[in-house]
Amino acid sequence: MAELNLHAALPEIWVAVSAMVLLLVGAYTGDRAMRLIGLLSMLVMGVAIVAMLGIDVSTVPQLAFNGHFIVDRFAVFAKVLALIAAMASVWMSFSYAEREGMARFELPLLMLLATLGMMLMISANDLISLYVGLELQSLALYVTAAIRRDTVKSTEAGLKYFVLGALSSGMLLYGASMIYGFVGTVSFAGLSTALSGATEPSLGLIVGLVFLCAGLAFKISAVPFHMWTPDVYEGAPTPITAFFSAAPKVAAIALFTRVLVDAFGGLTPQWQQIIFAVSVASMLLGAFAAIGQRNIKRLMAYSSIGNIGYALVGLAAGTPQGVSGLLFYMAVYVPMTLGSFAVILAMRQKGQMVEEIADLSGLAKSQPWLAHIFAAILFSMAGIPPLVGFFGKWMVFAAAVNQGLYVLAVIGVVASVVSAYYYVRVIKVMYFDEAVTAFDRVDGSLKLVLASSLAVVVIGILFINPLQNSAIAAAASLFPE
Amino acid sequence: MNELLREYLPVLIFIIVAAGLSGIMVIASLVLARQKPDSEKLSPYECGFEAFDDARRQFDVRFYLVSILFIIFDLEVAFLFPWAVSLSNIGMFGFWSMMIFLGVLTIGFIYEWKKGALEWE
Amino acid sequence: MIVQALSFYVFAAVLIVSGVLVVANRNPVYSVLFLILTFFNAAGLFVLLGAEFLAMMLVVVYVGAVAVLFLFVVMMLDINFAELRQGFVRYAGIGAVVGIVLVAEIIFVVSSGAMSPAAGALGGSPMPAGVTNTEALGNILYTDYFYLFQAAGVVLLIAMIGAIVLTHREREGVRRQRIAAQLARDRRSVEIKKVPTGTGI
Repeated sequence: MAELNLHAALPEIWVAVSAMVLLLVGAYTGDRAMRLIGLLSMLVMGVAIVAMLGIDVSTVPQLAFNGHFIVDRFAVFAKVLALIAAMASVWMSFSYAEREGMARFELPLLMLLATLGMMLMISANDLISLYVGLELQSLALYVTAAIRRDTVKSTEAGLKYFVLGALSSGMLLYGASMIYGFVGTVSFAGLSTALSGATEPSLGLIVGLVFLCAGLAFKISAVPFHMWTPDVYEGAPTPITAFFSAAPKVAAIALFTRVLVDAFGGLTPQWQQIIFAVSVASMLLGAFAAIGQRNIKRLMAYSSIGNIGYALVGLAAGTPQGVSGLLFYMAVYVPMTLGSFAVILAMRQKGQMVEEIADLSGLAKSQPWLAHIFAAILFSMAGIPPLVGFFGKWMVFAAAVNQGLYVLAVIGVVASVVSAYYYVRVIKVMYFDEAVTAFDRVDGSLKLVLASSLAVVVIGILFINPLQNSAIAAAASLFPE
Repeated sequence: MNELLREYLPVLIFIIVAAGLSGIMVIASLVLARQKPDSEKLSPYECGFEAFDDARRQFDVRFYLVSILFIIFDLEVAFLFPWAVSLSNIGMFGFWSMMIFLGVLTIGFIYEWKKGALEWE
Repeated sequence: MIVQALSFYVFAAVLIVSGVLVVANRNPVYSVLFLILTFFNAAGLFVLLGAEFLAMMLVVVYVGAVAVLFLFVVMMLDINFAELRQGFVRYAGIGAVVGIVLVAEIIFVVSSGAMSPAAGALGGSPMPAGVTNTEALGNILYTDYFYLFQAAGVVLLIAMIGAIVLTHREREGVRRQRIAAQLARDRRSVEIKKVPTGTGI
């Protein structure tokens, strides 16, 4: 019965309690309260952000619940990012849900509970809390993927996601049990001390680490564990896909980073090889496989695989600079991907959602602003210099070069040139192809997301220094002096 | 360790006897009885008729819903056993810890009741 | 001691054989029955390890509830299982390769067997003396592991919501029993008519 230190976990407790209250509200009012519950969920997340920033982590990390839970600058950075992404996704889901007949009050609630799982993941301080947080998040995500249970595509996406997710959880648990067997502790602090002085790490430990990495690589959809991504992204309802591509990615990659850097800091040379290979494969596959895609959601799936590859370049460097680059990259990636999905959500012709890239043709004439915004976001994703996407890539590549990982940086640059090809192809369709049918008027809620995304992409350059500084401070908390 | 296992010796003997007895029954009827199977004797029948259709019918999805809700509360009960055994050692904190856990699941219970998931119609 | 070793080998052998039969069986209902046998034998192994609480939970939760759920699911699906098995031979090769790799890894790891030097010092807490298995769990699960215990509660809550969201349907045109209306009804709202025999209404 040691220190609980509930104060450090206040945002999580708040989210959990509010989710339960909202569940009861929904149970008594029914599905017509969907929008109300959605707005309240967003409010809950907003309050959680404020509460998070109120926790004092400036000097030492705060431990809660007997050390199972940790809050440091890294956790605050990642959680704020994940919460913002989740808020935007909930906001985008309203009108789609009402129009497509999936307006059920459980939808925003499941997104809120998934976000709670992400917060627990980011703050996990031992292998058991890692697993519990991950399952909390995944379980809610599986359900949201299949929430349009009357359409074959959505149920298929949910089922695929569930079966492969369960498989990856199994691998992760297998690895974790091996690590426990060979080291004798599950806490990250214990692992870190046990491994720091170790002469030659035992084979069992390495195998355990490999399985743990495989399980986590699945969650961030890095190659070779990416197979589920295009199918799930295509099949799940579009606002849910937007949610999948932003918030859970932040949480999972933050968790991945904490496990490797904090707990397995003593085995850096070993896991560096894994991350190196995974990163190269993800960047290349994300670049080349996207070229042949016709469906814009599948294109975004491959794009997100590639982006995770770039972010992992920072992790492969294994230095504070690399981790800060990774955080910066994710902070830039989230608004870009949310903006792209806002455009995809605006792709409606005569009340029907369309998802082919060809449907975008002539957008520059029919809805110039939508086309300009999408073009700016795509240029940023491709890494064209004045836009923020360039700085994200630049920071991770710089970290890799400083560690002597020239090959990684070169492959990264090659992959971004190739990926620029398919981003530019979409822009070409919008500006130079003949229009087929004009899109319906864009919803007000989407306009807000589009405008914010555009603002980040274009004038984000003015705020690069403060963002970079907070990313550096966040990364420093993972590396003890 | 052996102390613990000795307590399970009756269970082991029970398993051996049960397996042995059922094995003897099956094998004895195979060995001792005269069996002349033919296709008519082996085919399934319904009160003397030919079988109308496949014996396997599709179950309603509601069976699944009921059983998964049952599993969730089954797990909740599983957590109650160690709590009941060591309640004297873990004090008020342990007591309230379980009350919060039960509270969370009670909220779920209210939700499923209001949704009508417990009704069969 | 010999009894212990002997029962270990019997349980382990039956476990593996029935595990293989779960996968290899043509009829999915038989597969579920072999799965139950697998669970029983795993429970036996747990007892031999001294983890009697886990063994009992395996019997109560897995055999008692999960296996029944599997049976429902198998019966719920409208699938021609002979057709479903057609892909089996096609994928058996890949499956066998993955399985062999996993087995090789386990043999590799077990035979290397070297522990990290700090493992002894950190070595997990052995069962405290003079306390039963269940009590030892109860002493720490609700206090030291408070956080994980509550998080597990939330996971169960999500499972409940998910099951209802995905499978519960409001059926149209069904007259439900309204207990409150039944109870609130009084005698005056019921009209009793005498019907003479043989005349009808």
